[in-house]
Amino acid sequence: MKIGTPKEIFDGENRVAMTPDSARQLQKLGYECLIEKGAGAAAGFSDALYKEAGVEVVKTAASLWKAADIVAKVRQPTETELKRLTKGKTLISFFNPAGNEEGMELAKSKGANVIAMEMVPRISRAQKMDALSSMANIAGYRAVIEAGNNFGRFFTGQVTAAGKVPPAKVLIVGAGVAGLAAIGTSTSLGAITYAFDVRPEVAEQVESMGAEFVYLDFEEEQQDGAATGGYASVQSEEFRNAQLAKFRELAPEMDIVITTALIPNRPAPKLWLEDMVKSMKPGSVIVDLAAERGGNVEGTVPDEKVITSNGVTIIGYTDFPSRMAAQSSSLYATNIRHMMTDLTPDKDGKVNHDMEDDVIRGATVTYEGEITFPPPPPKVQAIAAQTKPEVKELTPEEKKAQELAAFKAQTKQQFTLLGVGGALMLLVGLVAPASFMQHFIVFVLAIFVGFQVIWNVSHSLHTPLMAITNAISSIIIVGALMQIGSGSFMVILLAALSVFMAGINIFGGFLVTRRMLAMFQKS
Amino acid sequence: MEFGFTTAAYVVAAVLFILSLGGLSNQESAKRAVWYGIVGMALAVFATLVGPGSGLWLLSILLIVGGGLIGQYVAQRVQMTEMPQLVAAMHSLVGLAAVFVGFNAHFEIGNVAQVMAIADTAKEADLSDLGAFAKLIAKKTSAELAILHVELFLGIFIGAITFTGSVVAYGKLAGKVTSAATKLPGGHALNAGAAALSFICLIWYTNSGGFFPLFLMTLAALFIGYHLIMGIGGADMPVVVSMLNSYSGWAAAAIGFSLGNDLLIVVGALVGSSGAILSYIMCKAMNRHFVSVILGGFGGPQGAQMEVEGEQVAIDADGVAAALNDADSIIIIPGYGMAVAQAQQSVSELVRKLRAKGKEVRFAIHPVAGRLPGHMNVLLAEAKVPYDIVLEMDEINEDFPDTDVAIVIGSNDIVNPAAQEDPNSPIAGMPVLECWKAKQVFVSKRGQGTGYSGIENPLFFKENTRMFYGDAKASLDKLLPMID
Repeated sequence: MKIGTPKEIFDGENRVAMTPDSARQLQKLGYECLIEKGAGAAAGFSDALYKEAGVEVVKTAASLWKAADIVAKVRQPTETELKRLTKGKTLISFFNPAGNEEGMELAKSKGANVIAMEMVPRISRAQKMDALSSMANIAGYRAVIEAGNNFGRFFTGQVTAAGKVPPAKVLIVGAGVAGLAAIGTSTSLGAITYAFDVRPEVAEQVESMGAEFVYLDFEEEQQDGAATGGYASVQSEEFRNAQLAKFRELAPEMDIVITTALIPNRPAPKLWLEDMVKSMKPGSVIVDLAAERGGNVEGTVPDEKVITSNGVTIIGYTDFPSRMAAQSSSLYATNIRHMMTDLTPDKDGKVNHDMEDDVIRGATVTYEGEITFPPPPPKVQAIAAQTKPEVKELTPEEKKAQELAAFKAQTKQQFTLLGVGGALMLLVGLVAPASFMQHFIVFVLAIFVGFQVIWNVSHSLHTPLMAITNAISSIIIVGALMQIGSGSFMVILLAALSVFMAGINIFGGFLVTRRMLAMFQKS
Repeated sequence: MEFGFTTAAYVVAAVLFILSLGGLSNQESAKRAVWYGIVGMALAVFATLVGPGSGLWLLSILLIVGGGLIGQYVAQRVQMTEMPQLVAAMHSLVGLAAVFVGFNAHFEIGNVAQVMAIADTAKEADLSDLGAFAKLIAKKTSAELAILHVELFLGIFIGAITFTGSVVAYGKLAGKVTSAATKLPGGHALNAGAAALSFICLIWYTNSGGFFPLFLMTLAALFIGYHLIMGIGGADMPVVVSMLNSYSGWAAAAIGFSLGNDLLIVVGALVGSSGAILSYIMCKAMNRHFVSVILGGFGGPQGAQMEVEGEQVAIDADGVAAALNDADSIIIIPGYGMAVAQAQQSVSELVRKLRAKGKEVRFAIHPVAGRLPGHMNVLLAEAKVPYDIVLEMDEINEDFPDTDVAIVIGSNDIVNPAAQEDPNSPIAGMPVLECWKAKQVFVSKRGQGTGYSGIENPLFFKENTRMFYGDAKASLDKLLPMID
């Protein structure tokens, strides 16, 4: 089958869904690759490079859509593009199914299968095709770079001959993939970085990236991200107030604020209000990564950079990944390639659209003339839910009662054992002669001593213990020595063999034990 | 008593043996404890030679010295990774010796009866050339003789099981016999049949006193020993070896009964209980019943096992080295794979380098790691890893969440989180090392296969786990120069 990638027609979109590298990998899966003329130019991949990788360059979009069985692209397809789909064709792209009812209807009516890259479930197995994460990673990085570009000072603090430079203070709101990438970039540039997220369990991740997690003084149980597939969800009013109060407190100190807070299928929450923007120092920069969904910051204008009356720059670009087209294209193309790998389990160049597969099912929005959105919840949770087992505090009385019961049970057990053992002993004594009983007493006592002694042996010395018990169990040599003096030849022979074998054992056992013990050394 | 001196020497020897075992409670006193054992043994042999065993001195000493030379040679040459085999081989010798001594006791009874029949009355003179043991037998009443029959029968029975069992265990540990659990058609019914046959022989023998039932039983017992251990798989070997250790002790004790020798009884009981406790500890560490180990093989999975999600992510030496260079605290979990690859020296070198950089490096040892109780400790000791950084599971399990890097070298089931997370797993409930709680886990492993038990290990699929594929020694040697 043929995979084709058209040139993105969205204004200002530089990315491309297929790179020469990914095309080589796709060919290994058995596919033929097509690309529209000039599709990769904006991302730095010339047609010549594609040709070199064995990709057929097609002159026009129309002929590409016609020739390809599978179309991979980046941006949500336009109506014109969707109309080019026919039955049995597969489209892989960002699709925004929640806000693109007409698009889905159109694709359904055409009978095409559409895989929406943003619908890939957040489970470990699907991470390799999670395009949202790979794009968010780039956005987070680029957000810091854009902020730095518009910020008049250094990130890192320096003491130079020309005077002392204080380090920049950066606040990242929302520690998702983009947030974490921003934290990493910001700390590595040397800024003092703070981060906030509504999911307290990410505090550890934040701290591992070198930022300081901003905790709220808030009593109510904070939500567990595991319940919502690893995404944030809507907050209670009290929580929101506590959060805003904290931001208000932080705003005057911060030089750069990067907001990344998004709630799936909802407009972005307003977290950085006008008064906070006002209280920031002139020259400060705010980057609003949520601008496309309305923005976290009051005053954000999507796709534009605005400077407020008090000299704060608010950046509302929505095309951060596209601004790093070479990087984002190669990551996105790799995501697509992984998706194709999962769609082609037999590596025979034929799509096997397995609707039983959690990942493929989750990402498919139309399939064989049906709309299959929204998908059923995946069988596997994103993050293992952290159940907090309730440890019941026992009252002193209960504890006492428990101990007493345990003690009673133990006493009972010991009494039964002793009783049964004693009775058995008496029974044996009734029939066995006295000479046997003498030995038997010795035997039982020796077992007792053995149990007491062996329990104290250190675990690390179990091998030497075995070697030494081996050596001393050769005490059987004593028996053989007692018999070797006998007149019968057979007895002498067997006894002699026994003595010989026991001799091997005694020396072997003791010497090897000594060798082992000599090795144990303290540091 | 005729042999007052001998008895006194036996008491001293018994006390020395007890002290010798007791001394193994820590590494320092253990070095002294071996000497107690050696002195005890020397005393016991000497006292027997001058006392009741006064015959064929020269032959006895020659044999002991000859055996001793072989023993010494073996003890000096054996590789520490071969300890399990050595221990098993030595058990087989004790078992065989017990069988021989038991047979001898039987012949002596026959000889005494003959002499007594010829002489009509039991004259001391007639018995003098038969040796000390014969004199003892001559004094016995018929009830005592019946007990004697039972005792030596048991001694031979246990000794024979120990012998073939140990030989098979040796073969499995040395890799000469397949380590998979194999059974003849009929399975445990065969063992039960052989045991029943032995029991019939016991009744037959106590009634007739003939040699044939004894011989038949010996064959049956040899078969049981062989078949029982053949049916037990490689990873259960720690239990098997300690169980055979225990048997060799009980065999000695049974022989002690039949010879009327208290020292044999005491030592046999000591060794027997020691082996029994070790088996118990091993079983508990695997959360399995002793019986189910003996009956062999892991049971089939009880119900659907948890699906393992995710994929195994590989990493190369560069990545591991970078993580180790950044880490402050490291825990290493060795397993049988380390022994197989002979990687302990490389591990030790790695630890030395890391410790020299001021990092906290410790070892976590699961009780059943390896093929012998305490196997890992001995290997690490051989490689000069100080024993105070080698910790037991219970001592270290709580420290994993504060650990930066956990390195798993050649172990699988003992670090399987399924034991805690999946109630349907065959190893559910087995205590395991919770290494997945560390910030990062590296697993050094030869390939993607499952471990001995055939259970998928979800640890390998965890997000903080990276698989460091390759032979443990080769991988570590590649890693060493990158640690700076």
